[in-house]
Amino acid sequence: MASSKSAYSSAGKKQKLDTHIIVVWVDNEAGVLARVVGLFSGRGYNIESLAVAEVDQKQNISRITIVTTGTPQVVDQIKLQLKKLVPVHKVADFKREDKNVIFKEMALFKFVANNGKLNKAFEACKNFNPVILDKTNKSNVIQITALRREIDSMSKNLKKFGLVSVSRTGAVAMTRGSEIFK
Amino acid sequence: MPKLYSGAEIVFKCLEDQNVSHIFGYPGGAVLPIYDELKNFNSVKHILVRHEQGAGHAAEGYARSTGKPGVLLVTSGPGATNAVTALTDAYMDSVPLVCITGQVPTHLIGTDAFQECDTTGITRPCTKHNWLVKDINDLAEVMHKAFEVATTGRPGPVLVDIPKDIQFQKAKYKNFKNKQKLNGKSHNNYSQKNIDELINLISKAKKPIFYTGGGVINSGAKASELLRELVYATGFPITSTLQGLGCFPADDNQFLGMLGMHGTYEANNAMYSCDLMINVGARFDDRITGKIDEFSPKSKKVHIDIDPSSINKNVKVDLAIVGDIKSVLTSTLKTFKKSKNNFSKSNKHQISNWWEQIQKWRSKRSLDYIGSDETIKPQYAIERLYELTKDKDTYITTEVGQHQMWAAQHYKFNKPNRWMTSGGLGTMGYGLPAAVGVQIAHPEKLVIDIAGEASVLMTMQEMSTAVQYNLPIKIFILNNEYMGMVRQWQELLHDKNYSESYTAALPDFVKMAEAYGCVGIRAKTPEELDDKIIEMLNTDRPVIFDCLVDKQENCFPMIPSGKPHNQMLLGPKDQKEKKITGKGRTLV
Repeated sequence: MASSKSAYSSAGKKQKLDTHIIVVWVDNEAGVLARVVGLFSGRGYNIESLAVAEVDQKQNISRITIVTTGTPQVVDQIKLQLKKLVPVHKVADFKREDKNVIFKEMALFKFVANNGKLNKAFEACKNFNPVILDKTNKSNVIQITALRREIDSMSKNLKKFGLVSVSRTGAVAMTRGSEIFK
Repeated sequence: MPKLYSGAEIVFKCLEDQNVSHIFGYPGGAVLPIYDELKNFNSVKHILVRHEQGAGHAAEGYARSTGKPGVLLVTSGPGATNAVTALTDAYMDSVPLVCITGQVPTHLIGTDAFQECDTTGITRPCTKHNWLVKDINDLAEVMHKAFEVATTGRPGPVLVDIPKDIQFQKAKYKNFKNKQKLNGKSHNNYSQKNIDELINLISKAKKPIFYTGGGVINSGAKASELLRELVYATGFPITSTLQGLGCFPADDNQFLGMLGMHGTYEANNAMYSCDLMINVGARFDDRITGKIDEFSPKSKKVHIDIDPSSINKNVKVDLAIVGDIKSVLTSTLKTFKKSKNNFSKSNKHQISNWWEQIQKWRSKRSLDYIGSDETIKPQYAIERLYELTKDKDTYITTEVGQHQMWAAQHYKFNKPNRWMTSGGLGTMGYGLPAAVGVQIAHPEKLVIDIAGEASVLMTMQEMSTAVQYNLPIKIFILNNEYMGMVRQWQELLHDKNYSESYTAALPDFVKMAEAYGCVGIRAKTPEELDDKIIEMLNTDRPVIFDCLVDKQENCFPMIPSGKPHNQMLLGPKDQKEKKITGKGRTLV
């Protein structure tokens, strides 16, 4: 009984993990991202993706969108711990399954191939708002916006059309309808 | 033209406006401009420590014994890193500290300059908030906000890092005290409905218990008064965490003693078997709950706490009341008196079986130990210390280990703010500097550090501070030549392999005391113990008391790791009667 030799209790049962999107409005000041990210790493929470930028230049407010997984208890803790940080104004939390919320990620794909393949690549992207940002006679760069898993499968499937480089953002989120999160 | 002040002056203006009377610190290159101003501000007295960790713990002792924030001033680089242990300790135990650190000049930040370190980066996880002041015009506002963050809500440490060039630059001074709102973060977030629900639970309970913690103490002396009032009005039993000792009189019949890993049999069994648990300002720490899955399985749980993130963190509760203890208890008592007048009498019958059961547990006398005429039992030493000091208003600090648990078990606290110990972080070396801070705050009071010989050596250098400022602190060392708690775990759980837990070359503490310029006293037998303690109490100077105690004694009762509350290990007497079999054998 190795665990009984510890001064600590042994870990409890493993619970089911849900994916949540946490949106945090913070003062855009030095070190604020480190505070938020440090809280996640320090307390052992997951970060699957992260997107951050200033959204209100006048009041210096940045919006951080974090995709995380955790048990309901852990997700509650994440929210409560975030709210305790001094530069944090408000925290919103959405389940990934939530139909009232839009989640989007953007990806840039670079293809190096002949014209035929490049056209096929663009064709394959057509469900995800593709925009050609750069084009030469043997390469192009396509921007798409889609869900995380869609981008996952795209980056796998497009290899055959000469996909050589992928750059993608973390997810950003917004509620549907006229409601805004207070 | 309004008058312009240097950054260093602004620091002191802020300290004055915050009514800071003492700061604990250690000078160095990056804080010299601030030290230079010290002479111009007579209301702020500086206490020179011997190590920055000592400054931190002294400030903690000061804060815990007064309820005011403790302030420390240290230099950049090693000054800041040495303070990290104390900051973390204060963070874990919710002690309000304001740490001011010097930093290399702004143009050198990031260049690996002499005595540079990323102070705000290093201390981010161990402070409530920290600031690097890069603009002199922000300094006053940041300083005042630092005090506000440290002292409001759940208290804790904050840090203000001030580059040396900012200390020289000049700016206007504005008193920002109490003008800032913390992003509208409010601390009282409960409704009358919550209170009504609590009272409903109280009136229905057949096996209730109050489980109280450091939050009561942090909420101020009034909170302890209100708690007593509520406990008497309900007639319910009460137990306390390590940090909560003193908020309810330990010699009262309703008090079951401390709970948790080394708590009493009656407290832990009552926690396990209760049907209503009212947690007042405690945080379901793992030393308290033991095995979470089997923690108090049949009870409704109420949690009153100022920190929303403490709710449901470790244990799911049925009713959460988020607010300052003082305010919640005031509302509760008000409603309770209105609707349940004479409750303790009318309800007596409903909980009489419960009290009978508790008396049965009590009759186990779980804190008993086997006495000796030859060697001083450490428990006996604490008992005698208590008996000989109980008529004085005594302040006790401790280090960390067996002596700390024995002190918590056998020294009876009747008032809040009299007990300073490192609970959350468990910092060996906390007690001596903390005693320095307590004595600074209460120069006329008796201050005793109940210590172990291993712990006290970690911050022994602060005796020099005590001597410098004529602080008559008493360092009461229970000397068993072992890191006692480590030895105990090794005996019980690691087949008596006493790996590195024996200190083979201890100093002569009496001679050491003399070398520091204070008084050394040694007690070797139970017979002479009382006389020696009285000699210590009659000495109006710092004393190191070397109490040679039984080297083999273990701290019982004890909940072995990962066990629920109803599976306690009692002392040697009990173990003889009850042979431990099966699984338990690996534990004992």
